[in-house]
Order: sequence, then structure tokens, then C-alpha cells
Amino acid sequence: KSFILFNLAPTSGLNGICSHKMSGSSNLVAMKKVVQQLRFEASISRVKVSQAAADLQQFCMQNALQDPLLTGVSSSTNPFRPQKVCSFL
Amino acid sequence: MACQGLQGGETVASLKRESESLRKKLEEERKKLSDIELNQVAEKIEVLGPLSIKTRRVLKGHGNKVLCMDWCKDKRRLVSSSQDGKVIVWDAFTLNKEHGVALPCTWVMACAYAPSGCAVACGGLDNKCSVFPLSLDKNENLSAKKKSVAMHTNYVSGCTFTSSDMQILTSSGDGTCALWDVESGQLLQSFHGHTADVLSLDLAPSETGNTFVSGGCDKKANIWDMRSGQNIQSFESHESDINCVKYYPSGDAFASASDDATCRFYDLRADREVAVYQKDSVIFGASTVDFSLSGRLLFAGYNDYTINVWDVLKGTRASILFGHENRVSRVRVSPDGTALCSASWDNTLRVSWAAYL
Repeated sequence: KSFILFNLAPTSGLNGICSHKMSGSSNLVAMKKVVQQLRFEASISRVKVSQAAADLQQFCMQNALQDPLLTGVSSSTNPFRPQKVCSFL
Repeated sequence: MACQGLQGGETVASLKRESESLRKKLEEERKKLSDIELNQVAEKIEVLGPLSIKTRRVLKGHGNKVLCMDWCKDKRRLVSSSQDGKVIVWDAFTLNKEHGVALPCTWVMACAYAPSGCAVACGGLDNKCSVFPLSLDKNENLSAKKKSVAMHTNYVSGCTFTSSDMQILTSSGDGTCALWDVESGQLLQSFHGHTADVLSLDLAPSETGNTFVSGGCDKKANIWDMRSGQNIQSFESHESDINCVKYYPSGDAFASASDDATCRFYDLRADREVAVYQKDSVIFGASTVDFSLSGRLLFAGYNDYTINVWDVLKGTRASILFGHENRVSRVRVSPDGTALCSASWDNTLRVSWAAYL
């Protein structure tokens, strides 16, 4: 990440998926891993976005009233309120 | 993941062709189920009223950029770490600094509070993640009790305790994530798959099981099974480094913040990106995201010193929070959802909350 690490570059010491620099059989092994991973990912079951979106929305709506940053807190219950100074009457 | 023996006739070329066709198939499968956009589904719900979130506390004390912070489960304490090598534990109600530790390295990029509230973990340019038990005795030297747990071959970018004080999960510039036993320092599981620095990770909410999400410089966000080390799902739609990933409170989705100036929302069951939070006027990289308790609001900190508050469902911006005088490096909603803490390169942390009543 250049903005903070002026000298550090991503390490090349990874047990590589990046294969084009490697030679021979290790290249084959790396490609095999990539294919296996893709086969795995392709095989998972998915739901329609309409269904997923409806569920996400339902979660929001169900919890909206208990979301203090959405609804606000009254000063009397707010734990961060400035402490009132007590004085003896 | 064990590598099976090579079948006869398989060459790099034939495997490459297979990987191309698998990638195409993945794209087609995802497209098939993309019958509607999230913001279209959300058209029927009410627009959010104007938000009134204001800064009520400014935590001053770090001598340099604050890079990370984490809330304690008690909802009032928090830990922060800085480029100056210091880790400070604060009481956010009283602004009292309860503990301070000076690490031998600078750029402490990651810090986390233990679930028990009795310890903190931190790491960064030292390539390690160390755990410090928090003593009740203010005079005790915390450095003396330091326990080195994680050892990476490059900087530690993120760390979190799992469900107990006994294990920590780390992400690193060495391209891997790893699960460690705190007591013995033993590596329990490592997670390989990213092809560049991993910059962030987040544990799934406990109800959803043993998975976590990571994001990094390879522009990918990966979902991992903690026990097997298997990369379960992978998402690649950002156009630049992913700086931060965070689960939606239900565990069914996660958000990401990127140098491409967008934040994105991915649903795990639909296995695809379902929203992009962007605006023509927002041109600086986003470094951090967190959800409000209901998941309706997404707080995102940017390199232009602001925090944009996005309506997660409608995809619009609900508010902007100003105040920091340099990049916002981290935003975190408190455990009970009452407050938002933001950490910045302006050396301060700010705690804000909404007050309408």
C-alpha cells in the first residue's frame, strides 16, 4: 500500500496462485489449485437477488426501532450526556 | 485444500481453458439470479428523515496518526493504536486514559479488545500481533506482560479475537490470514488465496457460524471457513484495493470500502454484489466502514476527511459528518449501537451520537 508503506511491496513469498513466473510442474500444480477452487465456488447454491434483498430489508425494518443512531436517544437516557453537577440544597 | 493428483493429459493450457470456462459459468449463474436491484426492492419503504449525528467527545492524546480502534463490550471503553507506536485504552464517557503501552515499533495498524474486556491485542509493522492483559493496577508496566502471539512475514493489518480471549485472527501484508492460539502462540489455521496484501478482516456474527471475510490489495473479498481454511466465496468487483470489510448485522451480507472511492454491498446467499455506494462528488478513497445496529445505515470514512452515511437499502447518501482534520482511518459503532467512534490521521478520535429527543 504505497500511501503508508513507502518501502514495503507485497511479498512475493506466497505459496503461489500467481503462476506465470513459476516453471514446469509447480505451474501445473498452481493451475490445478485455481481450477479446483473455481469448481468449488461454481458449485454453491444461490438464491435470487429479489429474495436476498427482501430478507435484508426485513432485517432492517425489524430492528429499526432498536437502532439508536437511526432513532436518536433522549438526553436523559444517554450515557454520554454531560454529567450534571450536584449541589446541596 | 489438498491437491489431487494430476490427471493424464492435463496441461497448463487445458487447465487454463477450464478455469476460463468456470469463471464464465460463475458469472452466468450469478447473472441468472439477478432479477432485480436492491434499491428497486427498497423503493417502497419510507425515505429516512434527516439524521442528526453530532460529535460529543474528542479523544486527544496520541502523538501521531490514529490508525485503528475497537470498542470494549462494556460499550464505554475503547482501545486505539497509532503511528507513534502507542496503544491507549480510554474511557469514552470520562475521556480518562486508563492504560497506555508503548510498542517498540511504529505504525500499530491493528488493535482489538478481548471479549472479556481484560486484554487487548495489537500489531503492525513489527509483523506480529501481541496480547496485553489489562491490569487493574495502574502502576503496573503493561509491556512486561506482553505476549507475542502471531508471527507473519510482513506487516499485520488487522486483528480480532474470536468468540473468546483464547484465539485471535490476523490479516497481513504477506497475503495471508491466520488463526492463532493466544496461550501457546501456535498457528491453528492459515488462509491462503489472496494474491496481494490482505488489509482487513471481519468475523461473522456469532449466530452465523465459523466464517470470516477478508479484503485486500488484489481487489478481492473472500469468505473463509475458519475450521477448514477453505475459501468458500470470492467477490471481485472493486476497481482498486479493498481497505476494509465488515459484516451486515444479520451475517448474510458484508460491505467493503475501497481506494476506488466506492463502498459496495455483497449478499452471501445471492453470491454477488447488490449495491454500490458512490457519488460523482466523492472522489477520494474510502478506508473504513461499519453498519448501524439495524444495518440500515453504513458509516464510511474517507481520505477527504469526511464520513459519509449511506442508506444501505436505497443506495443514497443520508448524511455527511465533518470534523476530522485529516483522513478518517477507522469508524466503529459501539456494541449497543448508541455511538459512533471515528479515528483519524489528525491524531484524534471522535465519539458521536444521534440526539433527536
